[in-house]
This record gives sequence, C-alpha cells and structure tokens, in this order.
Amino acid sequence: MIRTEGLTKRFGRLTAVDGLDLDVREGDLFGFLGPNGSGKTTTVRMLLGLVFATSGRIEMLGRPMPAAAREVLAQVGSLVEGPAFYPHLSGRANLALFDAAGPDPTRPRPGPHPPSPHPPSPDPPSPDPPGPAAGPPVGERSPRQGGTLPDVHSPRGGPRARRRRRVEDALARVGLERVGRRPVKAWSTGMRQRLGLAAALLRAPRLLVLDEPTNGLDPHGMREIRDLLVELVRGGTTVFLSSHLLAEVELVCTRAAIVDQGRLVAQDRVDALLGPTGRVLVTTPDVGTAADLAAALPGVRLGERRPDRLAVHLDGTAPEALNRRLVDGGVRVRELVVERPTLEDVFLRLTGGLTGPRPPDAPGPPDPAEDRRVPG
Amino acid sequence: MFLVELRKLVGRPRTWVTIALLAGLPTLVAVLLRVTGVGPRPGQGPAFLAEVLNNGALFPAAALALVLPVFLPVAVAVLAGDAVAGEAGAGTLRYLLVRPVGRTRLLVAKLAVTVVFVFLAVLVVAAVGFAVGAWLFGVKPLPSVSGQTIAAQDATWRTAVTVGYVAWSMLGVAAVALFASTLTDSSLAAALGALAALVTSQVLDLLDAAAALKPYLPTHYWLAFVDLFRIPVLWRNVSRGFAIQAVYIAVLLGAAWANFATKDIKS
Repeated sequence: MIRTEGLTKRFGRLTAVDGLDLDVREGDLFGFLGPNGSGKTTTVRMLLGLVFATSGRIEMLGRPMPAAAREVLAQVGSLVEGPAFYPHLSGRANLALFDAAGPDPTRPRPGPHPPSPHPPSPDPPSPDPPGPAAGPPVGERSPRQGGTLPDVHSPRGGPRARRRRRVEDALARVGLERVGRRPVKAWSTGMRQRLGLAAALLRAPRLLVLDEPTNGLDPHGMREIRDLLVELVRGGTTVFLSSHLLAEVELVCTRAAIVDQGRLVAQDRVDALLGPTGRVLVTTPDVGTAADLAAALPGVRLGERRPDRLAVHLDGTAPEALNRRLVDGGVRVRELVVERPTLEDVFLRLTGGLTGPRPPDAPGPPDPAEDRRVPG
Repeated sequence: MFLVELRKLVGRPRTWVTIALLAGLPTLVAVLLRVTGVGPRPGQGPAFLAEVLNNGALFPAAALALVLPVFLPVAVAVLAGDAVAGEAGAGTLRYLLVRPVGRTRLLVAKLAVTVVFVFLAVLVVAAVGFAVGAWLFGVKPLPSVSGQTIAAQDATWRTAVTVGYVAWSMLGVAAVALFASTLTDSSLAAALGALAALVTSQVLDLLDAAAALKPYLPTHYWLAFVDLFRIPVLWRNVSRGFAIQAVYIAVLLGAAWANFATKDIKS
C-alpha cells in the first residue's frame, strides 16, 4: 500500500528524512514511531504530496506519488498534525465543505479494486466487551452497517442526499452523531479530534494515514478510536498510524517502523520486534545451586544475580532444557520467565542514543520488564 | 471547487460587513452633501463630487471615485491576502490539498471568488451610489466633464465601462495580494505586503523625481475612468491603464501559481 525507496528530504542543511525505505502492506495496522523531530510528520507530508521529496520514490496504492496524487489521494483519508476546520461553521457544515471539495465520487474509481472497501456483511461485534468505553458508537453502528454503509459509499454517491448521508455516517462512526449546530470554535479538543477523524473517513478510504489521532482524547475516547481502527482494519482498510504513544501502538498495531533522526532503525512485525531477548529470569530460593547447574549448560552465560533471582543468557539452549536441568538438580524453581521487551524498551534502545543492542547486563536504564514480570 | 469557495465567501459575515462598509462611505458623503449643500468647488476634491449636487446620476461614478484610492484596495487586499495564507494559517489548506484538490485548481478557484467579490463590491457601490444619488439629488441628463450633455443611455454604458475598469484595476490589487498570500502562512502579512506595494506605488506617483516610472506604476491610471465621462471619450489613459493592469495581473498570477504549485506545505 505504501512503499518508499530512499526517501530523503532536506530543508537547507538539515536532513529531516534520510533514505527511508518503508513497506506498508495491505491490511496492516502499521505503527510509525519515532521521537519528536525524527521526521515522522515530514514523512507523512511527503506521502500525502504536501511536501516534495528531495530524492527517492514513493508508491502508494501501487501508483507513484505525487505524480498520481489525484487518483491516489481520493482513496486515502488522513489526519496530519491535528485537525483543522473553519471555526465559524458547525461540524456538519465543515464536513460538507470538505466533502464537496473532493473529487466527484459519481465517477468510477480507476483500478480493479472493489467499489466499497467495506465487507458486504456487517462486522462481527468487537471482541472487547462493550463496556462504557466502547459504548455508543459501536452499539449504534452495528445495526446500520449492513444496510447503509456499502450503499452510501458506492460510486454512485454524489447527489445532495447521498452527500448528507455520507457526512452523517462519518459523524456516527466517531460518535459525534448528536452534535448540534454549534460552531467548531466552541468545541473541545477531543471533539475536534473526532471530527478530524470523521473527515478522514468521509470517503471510506482504502488507506488511512493518521498522525497522532488520539491526541487530546480522554482514555475512553482513546479506547473508542483504537476499537474503531481495529474494526476498520478488519473491514479491509489499511492504517498507517504515526504515533509517539508506544502503548497504543503495542496494543493495536500488527507491524511497525521506528525512525530516529530521519533514518529507519527498525521495521518488522510488532511481535517480532518484541521477540525474546534471549534472557531467562529464574526465581528460586536456591540461587547458588541454580547458577552452578545453568553454567554447566553449553553456551549459557550467567547474568545478574540477586538473593532469590538469577538472570541467564541462553545461547541456543531452550528455556525448557534449562528448566529440566534445574528441576532435576533439585532446584526449587518458583518462576521461570522468558524475558520479552516492551515496545518501550525496543524503542528506547533503538533511539535513545545507545547504538546497537544493549550489552548484556550493562547497568542500563531501569528495566520495566523486570519489574513487571518478576513478582517481588 | 469554485462553488465550494463561493459558499465559503457567501457564508462568511466578514464579506457582507466589508461590502456594507464600502457602500456606507459614499452614502454618508451623499447625506452630508445633501444636508449641508456644501460641495467641493468644481475641479477640487474627489472626482465628480462637485457636480453631484446638481445631478444624482453622476453619483455612482463619484461613489467609485470615493472608495477607489484607499477603501476598496484595502478590502480587496485583505480578502485576496487571506485566500491561501488564511487557509494555511488555519491548517485547512493541507486538508483541502489531500482531499485532493489540485493546487492549480485551488488557486484558480480562489482567484475566481476574488473576482466575484471584486465585481460584487464594485457593483454594490455603484448601485447604492445610483439609488442614493437619485433619491437625494434627482436624476437629470448628465453633463459631461467636457461640458456637453450625455444622454441617459449613453450614461449607462459609460457607468458600466467604469464598473468594469475599476474592477479590473482591483484585480491588479488582488493579484499582488494573492501572490503575497502564497508566500506566507499569515493572511495579515500577505495583506500588508500587498498594501505596502500599493502605498509605494501611490507615493511614487506623487513624486516628480519618479516621473520616468509613473506610467508603469499600477495605481497610476486608476482614476483614468474619469475620462469616460468626456465627449468624445478619451480612451488613451483608460486603455493604457487596462494594459498595465493586464501585465501586472498576468505576471503576478503566474508567480503565485509557480510558487504555490511547487511549495512545501508545512502549515
């Protein structure tokens, strides 16, 4: 869906984006991570044809950008650096203006893809129990979806009634169906953020490019937006989510890229990024015996040692083999944990100025994984 | 896209307040003239005002002459300066462009609604001028600036050409402001830039040392429409003014387009 090759942008002497090779595949919920000033927004702007690349190539939906911007962007919804509206108009009037500004959807879209990116059948209900957080939008959307959604977004839309339906539908998707005629300038940040998302969803895009979509939302709102994104992806939309909220990305994204100072430092499936560190934490009252036994295994190095806990670096040895050896040797194993980093660990390691993988047992930053996984 | 821009223009209270203010100035002047009966002496003061006391039919032209030097250009510069820079400042520019709206298309639509505004403003001023003039001073056959009488039909086309000429001059202002508008993200800065250019031109126009430059100043021929009320019509300055404006409009719009179409939108 998105593919860049050697994408580079220089502003004068500053290189904001440096040889970026992104690969976002159809159906991804793709997390795009990076510290502030790492070139995330510049990249998003280049993808959308707002900023022109100094060098490199961009391909979106299989077409070159920005050459095919007209055709490509009609199928892309976006939220860049916060929503923006005409403050003296109501939310509906704003969406209507943006909708009318876009190309006429009565003309058939080029390309072989189906007219509606949404599946013909209604989505199964969200796996999360619809608590107060996932409340109104999901509940009210479900019964309507099967009937109206594919219809509204069919390429025959265009007349005024259809346009109004499209606007109402987008508002309902983000839980704003009951907003009145108040001008947007009187709205809260969270409501504006939702309206921005509604504007992005107007044309049922195949690809959503979102820059910090949950900014300014309360925890309930964040949860709703996350659920909405997951639901959209299940419906066939690809989502490119630029964010600095690592927990958010870890929760919803299937693949992620991490950039630092304009360079790509990692790009992989999220579960691969969060792969085992090769370290096993053994909690036992018999630390001394455990250390002796473990050290005898091939390739194993001992790590940090505390009165009731031992860190062991396995090199090729399976954790279960270690466990058997310990148990056979009479060690009372209370807990044996294969250590996995959080996305935060990975992110900090890759972008925190520590180049390369953290040396084993370096007295690095306090490790949240340890705190969480080893009960005191 | 033009319709969308038109909806924005019409839906904005600002547009109508500006036009009301523009029409208000000549109305105020007419009322004062009527109440006091004191007009400028012939040949002095704003064009046509001296004759208006005797004949209201000249008031549309007088009204245009009143708003032309300052008021109308300021209004046009503010509106055209806001066209792109205002959207950039509010952040809506990026959302229009990714909708997608082609950059050239957006600029043309902005230009088109500016033209609509200019004509609307000039027409309203002329129409209000005519109504107020007819009401307060009565309509007689026009005495021309040259002394002979202008017939009613004749006066109509002369006034119509005047409206067109003034609108064309204002398009020159709009072109300056639109170009400035593509250079900055602040509509205030864009309007100020355009006004600075106009004030410079008007100051130079008063300066004898700048005599060689005068025929090429954008504001030099603005008031040449007075010649349209001579018998026979003195076309020389009007057509020169028209041509000068055409050059300014073409060059500045070209520059605006070239800049906007290749610009990194970072707002």
